[in-house]
Amino acid sequence: MKLKANIATSENGFIFNPATGDSFTSNAIAAEILGYMKSGGSEEEIKKKILENYDVEPNQFERDWDDYMLQLKEANLLDL
Amino acid sequence: MKQKYERPTIRKMNTGLMNKFGTRTDFDPVETIDGVQVKSLVAEYGSPVFVLSEKQIRRNYQAAVRSFKTRYPKVQFAWSYKTNYLNAVCRVFHQEGSWAEVVSGFEYHKALGNGVAGNQIIFNGPDKKEADLTLAVENHSLIHIDHYDELYLLIDICKRINKTAKVAIRVNFDTGVYPIWDRFGFNYENGQAWAAINKIITAENLELVGLHCHIGTFMLSTAAYSVAATKLCDLAMRCKMELQNPVQYLDLGGGFPSTNTLKGAYLPGVDTVPSVEDFAEAITNTILNFGFAADELPLLILESGRVLIDDAGYLVGSVLANKRLSDGRRATILDFGINILFTSNWYDHKISVAKEAGQYTEETVLFGPLCMNIDVVRESITLPLLERGDQVVVHKVGAYNMTQWMQFINMRPAVVLIDMQGKSHQIRKPETLAYLEMMEEIPEYLK
Ligand SMILES: Cc1ncc(COP(=O)(O)O)c(C=O)c1O
Repeated sequence: MKLKANIATSENGFIFNPATGDSFTSNAIAAEILGYMKSGGSEEEIKKKILENYDVEPNQFERDWDDYMLQLKEANLLDL
Repeated sequence: MKQKYERPTIRKMNTGLMNKFGTRTDFDPVETIDGVQVKSLVAEYGSPVFVLSEKQIRRNYQAAVRSFKTRYPKVQFAWSYKTNYLNAVCRVFHQEGSWAEVVSGFEYHKALGNGVAGNQIIFNGPDKKEADLTLAVENHSLIHIDHYDELYLLIDICKRINKTAKVAIRVNFDTGVYPIWDRFGFNYENGQAWAAINKIITAENLELVGLHCHIGTFMLSTAAYSVAATKLCDLAMRCKMELQNPVQYLDLGGGFPSTNTLKGAYLPGVDTVPSVEDFAEAITNTILNFGFAADELPLLILESGRVLIDDAGYLVGSVLANKRLSDGRRATILDFGINILFTSNWYDHKISVAKEAGQYTEETVLFGPLCMNIDVVRESITLPLLERGDQVVVHKVGAYNMTQWMQFINMRPAVVLIDMQGKSHQIRKPETLAYLEMMEEIPEYLK
């Protein structure tokens, strides 16, 4: 669950992968999670933070987390 | 106060030059499916082998339901059996709360066998046998009438067994997408649908409970669904106002595309097809704004097939040989072809290597194992160098392949389901010679 080292992100959710030239937009929570990932937060820590701050059931978020990781993987942004 | 939640998502922006020949991601190896090693799947179940992810099926289903239920109060999905009617697959959908949508007698019996209540089976299609219809009436199933001959047959059956059938009609119309699928059901524009509705209302033993359409498959236009919903709503409103027979449901059929890439498309499907959310928005907006009283909103039924299962299916196969064609092109022969990958007729399926490969890639044609010229899996694909025995993984093959596959030259392979815990289960055995010959008979004089 590590973001590739060279991925650039901005606070307003813009993502750029200099290796491929691909760019992406993300919603606020996606950008927030990316931020945590970039600063080296573990999966557990990040999930805990989101659950504390957002109105979401743990089960629901668990599913969405998996889905999000899939998106990042499909987008070639993860260090596998 | 906690913040309002929205699920995290990213969207690719298309800038600069488009690249038809794939990005680096296409070459990333797929070594595991839902945590199970591709190598071990082949070792256990043989090659080729279809692999289905239960996790992804449930995820797709729940996401689709959520897209509609967050916009509309009454929603019901009915699993389109023909898309993939392996019992294990159907049961996953039924566990999630899906009804069954069937189009033949044997599909109908399969749904019963899978424990679906009679009144939660939707019976579609132009070919319903008399015995099947009779059973469907007795079980209070929802019978969607396709043509007048069926309408009259049904009236006869109901009279004979002195039972009332719950029916809907299938309606076809111009939605702005051509060709119109007007061979199914009754036409809206020429008044045929309205005439059929009137006939049903006056028939003693038929109860008109719904209206149905299925405007096409792999539909790329959400606007077409707005048009379809408008026309169904119009009929429903007239049923209520003019015939005092409000219908209980509108069934918008299936047709939402998966994220496969259609042959000849310039951009990959992932970047271009509308999402279920987009379709849900178009359909529910139309119905909500049509003018039904809040307590009279019809139940909205969806019969989605491919969008719910395509990306949960993989086909793992092996390289049989490499060749160089007369014109210098590279060719790779695989142990699967159009015999079991029917959808390679429609899609440029994404195909990955199953183990880490070098940086170097090449363009190749992928052929299947049949002795036929048309057995082409991909006309041109760029892949890392493949060698005999290497495995490849074809993506998004869950819809229609495990029902339209043919037993030609080769037998059909095993199908495996990976459960929520990452354990694999064989849900269909590989066919055997004994299985193939089971139905054959040899006349006495040839023995
Ligand atoms: C009546 C009906 N409903 C639903 C479907 C499922 O369609 P799709 O897989 O495009 O969602 C079909 C497929 O042909 C169909 O004929």
